[in-house]
Amino acid sequence: MKQPSSRIKTLKIDGQDVGAHEDETVLEVARENGIFIPTLCELEGLSPHGGCRLCLVEVKGINKLLPACVTYVEEGMEVTTNSTRLQEYRRTILELIFSEGNHICSVCVANGHCDLQSLAQKLGMYHVSVPYRHPRRSVDASHERFALDRNRCILCTRCVRVCDEIEGAHTWDVSGRGIEAHIVTDLNQPWGESETCTSCGKCVNVCPTGALFEKGKAVAEMAKKRGFLPYLTLMREKRTR
Amino acid sequence: MMIEDLQKISDAERAEAQKYEHHVHVCMETACIASRSDQVKQALTEAAERAGKPCRVKGVGCMGLCSAGPLVKVEPDGTMYKGVTPEDADEIVQKLGDSPVSRLECDTNVPFFQRQVKIVLENSGEIDPERIEDYVARDGYLALYTALTTMTPSEVIAQVAKSGLRGRGGAGFSTGLKWTTVAKSPGERKFVICNADEGDPGAFMDRSVLEGDPHAILEGMTIAGYAVGASQGYIYVRAEYPLAVERLKIAIRQAKRLGVLGENICGTTFSFNVDIRLGAGAFVCGEETALIASIEGRMGQPRPRPPYPAEHGLWGYPTLINNVESYANIVPIMRKGADWFSAIGTEKSKGTKVFALTGCIENTGLIEVPMGISLREIVFDIGGGIPDGKKFKAVQTGGPSGGCIPEEHLDMPVDFESLLQIGSFMGSGGMIVMDETSNMVDVAKYFMEFCMTESCGKCVPCRVGTAQMYDLLDKLTKNEATMADLQLLERLCDVVKYTSLCGLGQGAPNPVLSTLRYFRHEYLARIQEANHEAAFLTD
Repeated sequence: MKQPSSRIKTLKIDGQDVGAHEDETVLEVARENGIFIPTLCELEGLSPHGGCRLCLVEVKGINKLLPACVTYVEEGMEVTTNSTRLQEYRRTILELIFSEGNHICSVCVANGHCDLQSLAQKLGMYHVSVPYRHPRRSVDASHERFALDRNRCILCTRCVRVCDEIEGAHTWDVSGRGIEAHIVTDLNQPWGESETCTSCGKCVNVCPTGALFEKGKAVAEMAKKRGFLPYLTLMREKRTR
Repeated sequence: MMIEDLQKISDAERAEAQKYEHHVHVCMETACIASRSDQVKQALTEAAERAGKPCRVKGVGCMGLCSAGPLVKVEPDGTMYKGVTPEDADEIVQKLGDSPVSRLECDTNVPFFQRQVKIVLENSGEIDPERIEDYVARDGYLALYTALTTMTPSEVIAQVAKSGLRGRGGAGFSTGLKWTTVAKSPGERKFVICNADEGDPGAFMDRSVLEGDPHAILEGMTIAGYAVGASQGYIYVRAEYPLAVERLKIAIRQAKRLGVLGENICGTTFSFNVDIRLGAGAFVCGEETALIASIEGRMGQPRPRPPYPAEHGLWGYPTLINNVESYANIVPIMRKGADWFSAIGTEKSKGTKVFALTGCIENTGLIEVPMGISLREIVFDIGGGIPDGKKFKAVQTGGPSGGCIPEEHLDMPVDFESLLQIGSFMGSGGMIVMDETSNMVDVAKYFMEFCMTESCGKCVPCRVGTAQMYDLLDKLTKNEATMADLQLLERLCDVVKYTSLCGLGQGAPNPVLSTLRYFRHEYLARIQEANHEAAFLTD
């Protein structure tokens, strides 16, 4: 989507001088330059969501913290991606995510292949200081090949977006509000009875945790195949923004 | 529609009014109707017929003192009656032109009425909101006509900018600047939206304006449409305001018939239509990007800004989105001039502000005061102080994103900056007064519960953070919390405030932070109580 006519901006990320197209986000430019900004809801090839708040960065001269995934570069911008304050906020946000659902790695199919787990390790979130909420959430195993365990869902909406934007089925959606929000298939019908689901499995593979998984996988066996993602990106690039 | 037509309607309306010696205004807004003002109006009409008096009974908008409703005002002598019942109708009609019915009389020579300055509410209580002729007779649509026929769009924007008007939805962004941005944003189409999704607990300013003077909003929006180059407007009003919706529908129909809305307004090439969109009960849809998503038919969830709606709004087009009260200020500014408006208020906050005064206060109702008035004047003079000899404790402004202001800051002038400085927020205008019997931890818990249930669930800090903070506050109110819980609460306040996506989450910790700032001892007392209980149990 980098238009040939787009102008070039120069900016600083963590003190490093970088150049970028004006239609690139801070996150994209940081990645190009090997600067790590944590993300969870973001997935290259899908529309931005801005919900996990892990990619928040500091920009000099701006009071608010800005999500790198939807903040476009500007000339002379000075971005800090990893201050002590940001690190603390990110750890607390991860703690909040862990406290919200029932994330028990040792019994999870995605153990060892989980974006949430590896991010917690990477960001040094060694314990959860907010009380666990231990919600009672349902599991939907009505689909022939896949299953949904809402206990492990972090509401990143990657499944909703990939199904709508790439597969074009729009089987998934979010129902409810706030802490009660949860994902549903069709109009809250069992997944196995969904008339729109094409059983393509894209949602399972983009899911960052073990919330969506293939049946028949045991603990730590659910490795997500994201090899098709470059194709998704390509497909999106052919669309007009 | 030409200026002569407006004049003709206005003259006819005034001539009709002159036929009557007495005018009886009955409040026909939600609060008064709830205490049977519709029956009062019916009874008064019948009584007037029976008595054969030259008297016209008219349903009007809010007259302010909602706690004393149903309110009835008799013109030209200006007598106000409170708590009128249908049974009082005959007596009131009998005494017209004679001495007033003393047992029902409401003294208007008190600060509640005297200290107010009416700009937004200038027609409220004076005109019949269901008759456009009544609005025209008070120079309605004259400002629109003048703007369309004698001013360029940039001149209109310049006048709004010069007035110093700031958005009345809460944050106080310069209205002129917003209009300029939309006007300058390139787009084949542009939209004007009126945010009437008023949802703060205890706030009913916008409802009163819509119910009492709907044409002022239509006229303000049409002027805005002309200024920014839009031809379509939407009023996003919550479905919980059926009367406001009904009156808006009537107003739109009448305005179209008169040619002041629709195609080729006032005989010019400018066309502007307004449609109503109903909110489905989500508080977060008052946030502009969520509101736009809701109009588009998508889930009412905010998206990160920038891009702001001024650049990328409804269906991706430049969109002007202002609050009801902001639009209500436009007509007076256009009619009386920017200098007149900017002479009212303080250096940085011009004009007036409408507040819905509620809680432990003598005079509950709707007030409009100049910016810069002190909170003390509002609470003790206009509001009449705390009933039953109780002591004042705090006043809460800014709804769930606001804060509690204690006695020591009552002399603060009410303007955007001062309220922020003391840890509160202007907000849309809800003002809840609390007396000494209120416990501030309970207050904080109440607002947190509101934010928790109204959080849309899109971003983690707001979705989970408000729920966790609510649980901690619940623990505190049950005397089960420890110092560690309080520390965690403070840490979560910080995270949620600075990392949430939209104003709902960013503002959600404010009630906790402000009560911690001024009433920390009440939190500590709860923890101490918990310690005592724990000690007792282990003994």
